[in-house]
Amino acid sequence: MKHETIETNAGLLIALTLVVISIGGLVEIVPLFYIDDTVEEVEGVRPYTPLELRGRDLYVREGCYTCHSQMIRPFRDEMLRYGHYSLAAESMYDHPFQWGSKRTGPDLARVGGKYSNDWHVRHLIEPRAVVPESIMPGYPWLARRDLRYGDIEQRMRALRIAGVPYSLTEEEFAANVERFGEETARQLDITRARENLEAQARRGNYDGDPSRITEMDAMVAYLQMLGTLVDFTRYDEGYFVEFR
Amino acid sequence: MNEPGHEQQSASGKPGGVKTTGHVWDDDLREYNNPLPRWWLWSFYATVVFSLIYWLLYPAWPIAGTYTKGISWINYEVEGEPQRSHWNSRALLVREMQTSDAAVRQREFLQVIAAADHDTVLSDTDMLAFVNSYARGIFGDFCAACHQTGGAGIIGLYPNLADDNWHWGGTIQAIEQTITRGRMGYMPPYRETFDDQQADAVAAYVLSLAGHEGGDPEQVSLGGSIYQGYEGGCYACHGREGLGLKSQGAPNLTNDIWQNIDVTGAQSHAERQALVRDLILRGVQREMPAFGDRLSPAEIRVLATYVHQLGGGL
Repeated sequence: MKHETIETNAGLLIALTLVVISIGGLVEIVPLFYIDDTVEEVEGVRPYTPLELRGRDLYVREGCYTCHSQMIRPFRDEMLRYGHYSLAAESMYDHPFQWGSKRTGPDLARVGGKYSNDWHVRHLIEPRAVVPESIMPGYPWLARRDLRYGDIEQRMRALRIAGVPYSLTEEEFAANVERFGEETARQLDITRARENLEAQARRGNYDGDPSRITEMDAMVAYLQMLGTLVDFTRYDEGYFVEFR
Repeated sequence: MNEPGHEQQSASGKPGGVKTTGHVWDDDLREYNNPLPRWWLWSFYATVVFSLIYWLLYPAWPIAGTYTKGISWINYEVEGEPQRSHWNSRALLVREMQTSDAAVRQREFLQVIAAADHDTVLSDTDMLAFVNSYARGIFGDFCAACHQTGGAGIIGLYPNLADDNWHWGGTIQAIEQTITRGRMGYMPPYRETFDDQQADAVAAYVLSLAGHEGGDPEQVSLGGSIYQGYEGGCYACHGREGLGLKSQGAPNLTNDIWQNIDVTGAQSHAERQALVRDLILRGVQREMPAFGDRLSPAEIRVLATYVHQLGGGL
């Protein structure tokens, strides 16, 4: 094919340009899907419970990812501050993942359990009430608004299509029992989503108001589980190197 | 003002004898065919050579379920056993944690402090300097969110660590315990138990314990009998004399230090009494998370030593 043919034919030029540019992306991204070591073999990672899932949706809705990353990189300074570096396995059920690329605020990959529920509630309502030097905006409506979860089943079904093992059938439930254990498998059962969500909110009482289920309940439930699924004391410091 | 020569060049389309591609359109428009500058060309070749060397040294090309690992290696140890891995940032981190100057010296200090007893650490200026420098970092990240940067806390929310008054004990051992296991502070709400008159009376009595004059003597005496009696049972945690009980996190009521209500800022006795009464009616429920899984025992000791020094006391 002569250079002139391509240059004088706009349609062909566009098509070939797209092909050339996509090669760069494809060789970087596609192999990650079939290289065996991409996702580490590790115990404990499970999909979100219905309440955590709604919290995650709110996290996305409020744009938390624009200022907070969820990706601890394997550097000494990050490890000293945030804890063990993030694993690919820890975001295997995230669609989309919340790694982020900008830290205006601190990384949140392991914020779960670091502060009390009560602190999170106060901090989300008015950050400067507890951290005077904070520049984070307040999210007071989270505590005011009732959590809408009438569509929780549909949200889980959508993720199931994307490959998250939420179960609909008896066989899927049985497979989850085998994979995650009975207790977690029940949380992943779409047919029980609503009662599970209500039960977790009642049990956890994340927002300090047991009479209602607010958006704050979901948000704090999500924040408090971030980065807590893997017990790193069970793996020696060389274990995760073997997956790279 | 056009010079004659310039006009000629434009017309010919070949100024300075530069070659064109031969492509002519709209009668006289042509495209130059300049060779690339040498420096650019050689830079380009250099990047090609660089990438070849890079592919050789580092992980590069995906092949089926794996990838070329490169011939550059990183040595590190796992539980004393030497290990070798192809170059990657995780192995690099393990090696840095094991061999870098800063990490090694930090670890040595932490080991010495973990092995020493508390008094030795407090009296050794080198150790203390390390404790205070290292702990400031962890305190800023893990503790300051609630207890504030200087440890002064927030009245009504988070206890002040910068004074010598401690709910759960201010010895280094007690603070270590607090950090490792976390604490659940709880005083039951008395709104179902007391009527307004009783709550007022107990508040008057509690203020009198702290040395606040000006309470109605009848109220104080009624409050005392509720406090010491079965009805209130306050003595069970706060003690007969109001000195508190560290194992329950029950504060001393006699020292006029108030963590949950701003009694000191109140203007009159009536105002102070109202603050105490409301607190008795609504109770207290506070939680400090456990950090035993997040910080190493040596780090917790460093942190406890630092926190102890903020205000001293027991």
